[in-house]
Amino acid sequence: MGNEFFIYLAVMAVSTYLVRTVPFVAISHKIKSRFIRSLLTYVPYAVLSAMTVPSIFFQTGSLLTATAGFVTALILSLCGRSLITVAFFSCLAVFVTGLF
Amino acid sequence: MNSLKKGILDGLPIGLGYLAVSFSFGILGTNSGLKVWQTVLISMINVTSAGQFAGLNIMIAMGSYVEMIISQLVINSRYSLMSVSLSQSVDKGFTTKYRILFGQFVTDEIFAVASSRGEDVGRRYFLGLCVLPYIGWSLGTFLGAVSGNILPDSISTSLNVALYGMFIAIFIPPMKKALSVTVVVLISVGISVFLYFQPFFEISAGTSVIICAVVASFIGAILFPVKDSDDASGKTPGEDVSEGSGAPKAALCEGSHTPGEEVRDGQ
Repeated sequence: MGNEFFIYLAVMAVSTYLVRTVPFVAISHKIKSRFIRSLLTYVPYAVLSAMTVPSIFFQTGSLLTATAGFVTALILSLCGRSLITVAFFSCLAVFVTGLF
Repeated sequence: MNSLKKGILDGLPIGLGYLAVSFSFGILGTNSGLKVWQTVLISMINVTSAGQFAGLNIMIAMGSYVEMIISQLVINSRYSLMSVSLSQSVDKGFTTKYRILFGQFVTDEIFAVASSRGEDVGRRYFLGLCVLPYIGWSLGTFLGAVSGNILPDSISTSLNVALYGMFIAIFIPPMKKALSVTVVVLISVGISVFLYFQPFFEISAGTSVIICAVVASFIGAILFPVKDSDDASGKTPGEDVSEGSGAPKAALCEGSHTPGEEVRDGQ
């Protein structure tokens, strides 16, 4: 692939950049509406949980190992462990159960 | 610790997770016939996950530019929602200039960490937070592109859950503190599962996330409006923020669950 590569890359990058930056720049004040503020407060949690479930169960090619990873992450999170600890042991659980 | 260092430290788990995820993008890039530098350049300029995988496919198939634009807008539209949310949690020093400079670093994980930490996000903290994820993303792509499939399957499969594990670590702790977050998460997960398994129509992962986020947050906002004192600055709603990152709770769990036990549970 020759010059088309750069055109594809530019088109891709500009679209991606605008999607992210335009709303970020356009809304430079604190939103007054209590409803909208409430809504935006909940967005991160809604986004993350929706991205995780059910996706995580199909990431390892085995429902069993994925469930082991999920349950491990759940329990360690409930115990308030840090992001890196939870991520690490979640991977480890998948690895170990995958050995059997 | 200054805010730049704090940000860099908070970015470490994201960076490690990205190293693993982008590795597979690197492999795919060179396997699809791109050169190593081309594959790495895509990662360095776009910094998206699903968007890049889709974009790569369109490049390889020599699809149209319109198709490229639409795919990127649709897959990445969740970032618009995150940027709006983030715009409410940044501090006054995060002026337009910095938003233009740092806007491209709004990824799922950076957004999640920045907006769930319970205080306004300054530009120095945000810059710090972006450093290791960016390096991890670029470096992982490079390593994958040059080395191909060197990792045994058992390891690369395990690494696939790293970012999900991190997501869980972000949204579970606030559920313990606030009923509102628990309700929002359960609704969001419910819709997500429904959309995934329903047989009626095809729906992309990106679109599904937007629907879940909008509906669940909407219901949350109706049932549990935030207090006037909490602006949408990422505080755990309905709670006076003074947490020491849940340390006392961690102590409660001490000894009752070692990771090895969970592993055995899962068998």
